[in-house]
Amino acid sequence: MTDLTDLSIAQARDLLAKGDLSSKELTQAQVTSMEGKRELNAFITETPDKALEMAEASDTRRAKGETGKLEGIPVAIKDLFCTKDVLTTAGSHILDGFRPFYESSVTTNMFREGAVMLGKTNLDEFAMGSGNLTSYYGGAINPWRAKGDNRNLVPGGSSGGSASAVAGRMALGATGTDTGGSIRQPAAFTGIVGLKPTYGRCSRWGIVAFASSLDQAGPMTRSVRDSAIMLGAMAGHDPKDSTSADIAVPDFEEGLNGGVKGLTIGIPKEYRVDGMPEEIETLWQQGIKWLEEQGARTVEISLPHTKYALPAYYIVAPAEASSNLARYDGVKFGLRVESDDLTEMYEKTRAEGFGAEVKRRVLIGTYVLSAGYYDAYYLQAQKVRTRIADDFKQAWQQVDAILTPATPSAAFSADDPPSDPLAMYLNDVFTVPVNLAGLPGISVPAGLTGDGLPMGLQVIGKAFDEATVLRIGQSLEDAAGFDARPEGY
Amino acid sequence: MGITLEGATGTWEYVIGLEVHAQIISNSKLFSGASTEFGSEPNSQVSPVDAGMPGMLPVINLACIEQAVKTGLAINGEINLTSVFDRKNYFYPDLPQGYQISQFKQPVVTGGHIDIELEDGTQKRIGVERLHVEQDAGKSLHDQDPNASYVDLNRSGVGLMEIVSDPDMRSPEEAAAYVRKLRTIVRYAETCDGNMQEGSMRVDANVSVRKAGEEFGTRCEIKNLNSVRYMQRAIEFEAMRQIDVLEAGGKIDQQTRLFDVAKNETRSMRSKEEAHDYRYFPDPDLLPLRFEQAWVDEIAAGMPELPDAKMARFMKEFGLSAYDADVLVAEQENAHFYEHVAEGRDKKLAANWVISELFGQLNKAGKTVEDSPVSAEALGELIDLITDDTISGRIAKDVFADMFESGKAAGVIVEEKGLKQVTDTGAIEAVIDEVMAREPEKLAEYRGGKDKLFGFFIGQVMKASGGKANPKAVNELLKTKLQG
Repeated sequence: MTDLTDLSIAQARDLLAKGDLSSKELTQAQVTSMEGKRELNAFITETPDKALEMAEASDTRRAKGETGKLEGIPVAIKDLFCTKDVLTTAGSHILDGFRPFYESSVTTNMFREGAVMLGKTNLDEFAMGSGNLTSYYGGAINPWRAKGDNRNLVPGGSSGGSASAVAGRMALGATGTDTGGSIRQPAAFTGIVGLKPTYGRCSRWGIVAFASSLDQAGPMTRSVRDSAIMLGAMAGHDPKDSTSADIAVPDFEEGLNGGVKGLTIGIPKEYRVDGMPEEIETLWQQGIKWLEEQGARTVEISLPHTKYALPAYYIVAPAEASSNLARYDGVKFGLRVESDDLTEMYEKTRAEGFGAEVKRRVLIGTYVLSAGYYDAYYLQAQKVRTRIADDFKQAWQQVDAILTPATPSAAFSADDPPSDPLAMYLNDVFTVPVNLAGLPGISVPAGLTGDGLPMGLQVIGKAFDEATVLRIGQSLEDAAGFDARPEGY
Repeated sequence: MGITLEGATGTWEYVIGLEVHAQIISNSKLFSGASTEFGSEPNSQVSPVDAGMPGMLPVINLACIEQAVKTGLAINGEINLTSVFDRKNYFYPDLPQGYQISQFKQPVVTGGHIDIELEDGTQKRIGVERLHVEQDAGKSLHDQDPNASYVDLNRSGVGLMEIVSDPDMRSPEEAAAYVRKLRTIVRYAETCDGNMQEGSMRVDANVSVRKAGEEFGTRCEIKNLNSVRYMQRAIEFEAMRQIDVLEAGGKIDQQTRLFDVAKNETRSMRSKEEAHDYRYFPDPDLLPLRFEQAWVDEIAAGMPELPDAKMARFMKEFGLSAYDADVLVAEQENAHFYEHVAEGRDKKLAANWVISELFGQLNKAGKTVEDSPVSAEALGELIDLITDDTISGRIAKDVFADMFESGKAAGVIVEEKGLKQVTDTGAIEAVIDEVMAREPEKLAEYRGGKDKLFGFFIGQVMKASGGKANPKAVNELLKTKLQG
């Protein structure tokens, strides 16, 4: 039998179905792998006992003929999802000791479909970051390294721990959340598939909020098919989330191999940014060729407001975050730095509890919502957001989906990251517009840089048309035949 | 009626606008399924949403919105088919989310008015600027421990309507009439129980003063007034304070103030400079609230008769005075009681009995019509005994007192005490003869031309009959007999 940590979800599902494998065996293999690769710091909390318990329960259900979509599949959960009785940190000091007494809707759905939880993965603090460098628990490390270079690389962020766990063969899949690229960018950096569904496809209930109008949960897996399977188990209307869409969840696997023949794919000219490495441009051209070879038509399109996306995002997201993070005040849960004076208690708790990036964004957010600045910043950014959504609506008149690079570069050094926060923000230049417009987007590993680091291509689709996005993703995956893997993992 | 204040430099006028927070009657909170029951164990009615736990999301409770629409209709407001919930951001331990979900730019109701009855019998129309829906905060408890404060989140997330008036009131009495009228309206609409003691209705008063005809002055807001009486006192004090400042050549700073009931004064809570910047923005967890006009129409069709309509009907159809009608409609239960008593009976007589006798006794006993020892049927029966001449109105008052005490039926009391009116001419004549025989001197004086003594004889006869003689019959028979 192949190495159990190398199986895709689809492969494992078949073996489990045939009775050639038990969830307990499969889970034990991941637990051993997880415990052996702690140098990657992918997990904040490992839950091996819970995992094995859930695996046994799954085997029992299977024996009775009860099987869900993820029956017996061990997965990792980003530590932004509230998990009942299991420490939930959001990568922040301020949530010290927080064990929710409730389970997020997405994990509830997954567990109902038979998923097994291995542990809670590392992330940028409150999902704010693109390099997993802002976690209070230290950053997760990318299992990949550049050729002839021993330096640690970032796995991307914010779902870097999930990316690291999946790329490092510690879990068959992992949940991520994506506010501005937090699933797709780390997926691209670690050579795996990351899917951000349409806003409203997965419930936000029980996910620690960063920016409510942008946050969306999605799967991170080693194949497009696995993402299709996992999304099917995560998604669904939730009356507890008013922004959750009351739309039926299709079978995302169906039609996955339908090919791209007859589809028109848009190539947005504004995504050709200054200073983008040649390799990324070449990969993009390669992607266009692959799709054309399989019968798709590609056309150049214009998304004219693209250049305003990042500035608008860095107003809207911090504004919402500044309000969402107000509840971390030392009064009810998590960290409290005692003081005789209430205001001082607030100040000390938040000063100690939040890291620099979170503070920066809370300050930006507070500023742009302040009296006298609201119209100039927040309101203006909301107008830009509408324009960006309109750009995409225009494009849908012409095309079925859009192909872009996932990131403007490959993974960078963890020890020597960009010191300028703005340079860090540029990582999300291709992913942010998708969040602002609430659309689905997938990152598919498609090639390696000259240094041997993975790069991804992004497919953007119409709202609630994940099926087409996945189908195109599958075609890219087939054409790319990406089978490189990080050395030693 | 506006009341003016005489200062050293001339005559000043009150300018008052009120913001009333009315707790919505609903089984569960505005954004969570937790119960709204009052007086439960601290922190026993709290969902993770109300506690602001990480990842929790609000979901609009449509029952609360229906109540707001009802109230909006009852105050003649315009119902907005689209409205938006915003976050009002500030830190306080009893505000678990770090923001209150409220409506800022697009409230569910805009405009409207409430007509108040003034003491001189005239009406005045007070404009309503808006009604919006928001969640209540929890309660900080500072008296449980010398070194710590506690927070009770039972109230956190309970739905409130904030009803903002125009600055149309010109005296504390008008303000009081407005609050009482609004209370009556929401109680009729069954959207708020109006219980100020339990905090289901709280008032913030915006007060300024001006010389007649001048522009509005700078206002101060007095927060959290939980009784009409205190509100009146607070407004009075605040206006006097402002006049003192202005007349001494000072100017009023826009402030938020608190009323100290014990000291009978208002105190500054924070100045304009210290005022919070609430950083309102649309709550991204909630989509704009949209509903159909058809739904509003359905709610409108199901509205109960409101106090103004009821009062008009009492006056027009029952011929009641404005005063009587106003007293009767103030509480819906009273109006119901009255209508029950009046059914098939003389409306004015019924009104007199309900207002003067029943309400009088109830007031004395500290009771309401709901726990009245005399039911509407029982009072009706008593009135019937008057109308069919079984007893006189005067005797009826004694019977009523007895009914109130003993809970017995009027007929039983009349029977037991033998209070039946005597209408038998023979019997009355016998009494008259007896009185005349007893008072020969008075009789002689009367017959000598001292007409005024007629009243004396009436009194004597009534007394001798134990009050049971029919006064009309006594009157007629006595006249004839005295003339001899």
